[in-house]
Amino acid sequence: MNEHADVKKHTKTYINVFLALLVLTAITVGVSYIHLAVPLAITVALIVASIKGSLVASFFMHLIDEQRPIFWALALTAIFFAVLMLLPVLSHLGGIGSPRVP
Amino acid sequence: MDIPYVVEARPDTGLNNAKLGIWLFLASEVMLFGALFSSYVLLRVAAPEWPHGYEILHVPVATFNTAVLITSSITMVMAFASLKMKDFAQYKKFIGATVLLGFVFLGVKGYEYGDKFLHHEYPSESTFLAIYFTLTGLHMLHVIGGMIVNGYFWGPGSKLWHTAPEQFTNRIEVSGLYWHFVDLVWIFLFPVLYLL
Repeated sequence: MNEHADVKKHTKTYINVFLALLVLTAITVGVSYIHLAVPLAITVALIVASIKGSLVASFFMHLIDEQRPIFWALALTAIFFAVLMLLPVLSHLGGIGSPRVP
Repeated sequence: MDIPYVVEARPDTGLNNAKLGIWLFLASEVMLFGALFSSYVLLRVAAPEWPHGYEILHVPVATFNTAVLITSSITMVMAFASLKMKDFAQYKKFIGATVLLGFVFLGVKGYEYGDKFLHHEYPSESTFLAIYFTLTGLHMLHVIGGMIVNGYFWGPGSKLWHTAPEQFTNRIEVSGLYWHFVDLVWIFLFPVLYLL
């Protein structure tokens, strides 16, 4: 019986998260029609997407009450992902790949 | 001899085998899509010019598809919740809805791709289109894979509920984790490709 009550409580959370995701989708699309400057548009879009992603991960994927080994695996993944995203941009900033000036 | 920790959690990690396995798999998938996102960043930063996504792609259609995938995520988690409440009939409805919504997503994607090909806008036409088709194509393959698994658990795979209900519930939880990940990737793909 306790488990039933638990699941019912979770169901309310799922529906609230679902509604929040729809609202955030509408916000992100709405903001795109404003045609902000590209760096600001990217920042806003990624912030909204990160909030949406966190909601899906925390509540639909139950990460919010998951065990420690999962957190450690994901923390390691996040570090490698950050390196993966930064490497090409950093190398571009360093001039790698740009034509040599004679 | 039975494999241990298929259903009950290991005392040291607090996890069963499938849950640890799927999370490690999803970690590898983060790196797979991360590599393509990273390629997108490099291509865009290095390009002399880059179109806005909304100049080339249909934002309203993709917004609808985003809503479809988000809805399929909630039907997936409700399928799992139904099994926790021991309501198999309810589970069947929700997992069936998840598969149907997957078909809707694929149908819309098919329309988008078809429209592009009709106007001779192939991946070879521009760097933007190349990375667009690569990213969404790989994502689409993941959607198809998830639908095959979910379809199996709606159909012949659901027999396991009658012989080993806890193990079956674990399997749905694990396939749900994969499906939510597919949704999560789209949550980032959609603004990056269509809105920026």
